[in-house]
Amino acid sequence: MLLRIDPAASAPLFEQLVQGVKEAVAAGQLTAGDKLPSVRELARELAINPNTVARAYERLEAEDVILRRQGAGCFVKEQRSSLTARERKRRLAAAMRRVVTDAFHTGASADEISAALEAELDRLDFPEDSP
Amino acid sequence: MTDSPAIRFDALRRRYGERWVLRGLSFEVPRGQVYALLGRNGAGKTTALRTLLGFLQRDGGRTEVLGRDSAALTPEVRDRIGYVAETPALYGWMTVDRVLAFEAGTRRRFDRDRAEDLLERLGMRGRHKVDELSRGARAQLALAVAVAARPDVLVLDDPAAGLDAVVRRELLEMLVDAIAEDGCTVLMSSHVLSDVERVADRVGLLADGRLLVDASVEDLKRRVQRRRVRTAADAPPAVPGLLAARAVSQGFELTLLDHDDARQAALAAAVEAVSPAETPSLEELFLDLLGGHGTAGGPPPGAGPAPTGAAPAPDTAPTPDDARPLGAVRHHPANGSPT
Repeated sequence: MLLRIDPAASAPLFEQLVQGVKEAVAAGQLTAGDKLPSVRELARELAINPNTVARAYERLEAEDVILRRQGAGCFVKEQRSSLTARERKRRLAAAMRRVVTDAFHTGASADEISAALEAELDRLDFPEDSP
Repeated sequence: MTDSPAIRFDALRRRYGERWVLRGLSFEVPRGQVYALLGRNGAGKTTALRTLLGFLQRDGGRTEVLGRDSAALTPEVRDRIGYVAETPALYGWMTVDRVLAFEAGTRRRFDRDRAEDLLERLGMRGRHKVDELSRGARAQLALAVAVAARPDVLVLDDPAAGLDAVVRRELLEMLVDAIAEDGCTVLMSSHVLSDVERVADRVGLLADGRLLVDASVEDLKRRVQRRRVRTAADAPPAVPGLLAARAVSQGFELTLLDHDDARQAALAAAVEAVSPAETPSLEELFLDLLGGHGTAGGPPPGAGPAPTGAAPAPDTAPTPDDARPLGAVRHHPANGSPT
């Protein structure tokens, strides 16, 4: 797993870590069962505060992205959504609204936004039988 | 005992002769946190750290380490505190091995295996004399020795001062390791803000003997933003939350705290144009907030152009009312608002 962080960026480090792991999972660089580095290893590798890594892992666990096994470490979870169809639809709509709103304000046209969305989707690794 | 913060400064005052260096320094470091004390040269960082460790007397206020008064630290408590001075106190004639043996003999919790591990990782040989080591290697040795004593509290006085990026990264890794392994509390002063951004949970900006800002790094990023405004006026617009203003061509660059929609509307109404928000890096914030602060109490930023030749601020001890808490970010606008 290749996580990049930028301490000078506007997003807090811990959010960058959470986002980085989520992106790696979505892009198929991390798959179910993969073991994440320990808090200490990752903190050392990135030269950042271990408290920050621990907090990012807690968040990822709370969001069902990873699973912490006592004494064994953190593993990527099977990305099978436990959401109901209706809840999934609601969250998807909210996420899309955020994305297209930001995209609109860049001044891009609808076609450009569509093309950019396609390109991003191509980067992702969807399960075979995804609905 | 475990509820008390690892480190506490309470209205600490200290002067050298007639000059007050610390005029009511207050902050706490909870256990397990990393706190970075920032400030310009001569702002009083070293004085604060040395007073905390009981090496200097106070002229007012109080400091505590691990719940004990700094002025009366027992050997037992001292054993739980690690300190790396800006110029590490090492005997030049000793070999690295001798340094470790010396530390093992004086510090009860010293873990020699760990020290040797750390030094081996850096490729440092035991038979080298301290005098023969580079400045970077001496800094690494000093930190390794402090960390190997498994301190509960680690106090570092600008450990990376004047060192190159490779050595700094190695020091940072050693520090990260110590935090991960022992969960120690760290209070460090530093000028290397990119390092601070990596490891600090909280930062304090020391200016004029007090903290200008005491906030978590995340809070700063979330709550502080920068915008450029175009205006014909020769003073920055007086909007709430204005931390600093710098004249740029055709207007000002403003550093703003908690700039919400209402404040944005007020700002937009006061000037011709407002740029989108940017989050300043710690380094930029440091420059914004401390740029106007001399070491002996110059005018604050955001108070318009600095009056050259103005009378210096009186060197008197402040009253506690000087502090104007702004949520987690504390800021002292001092000489009134820019109007």
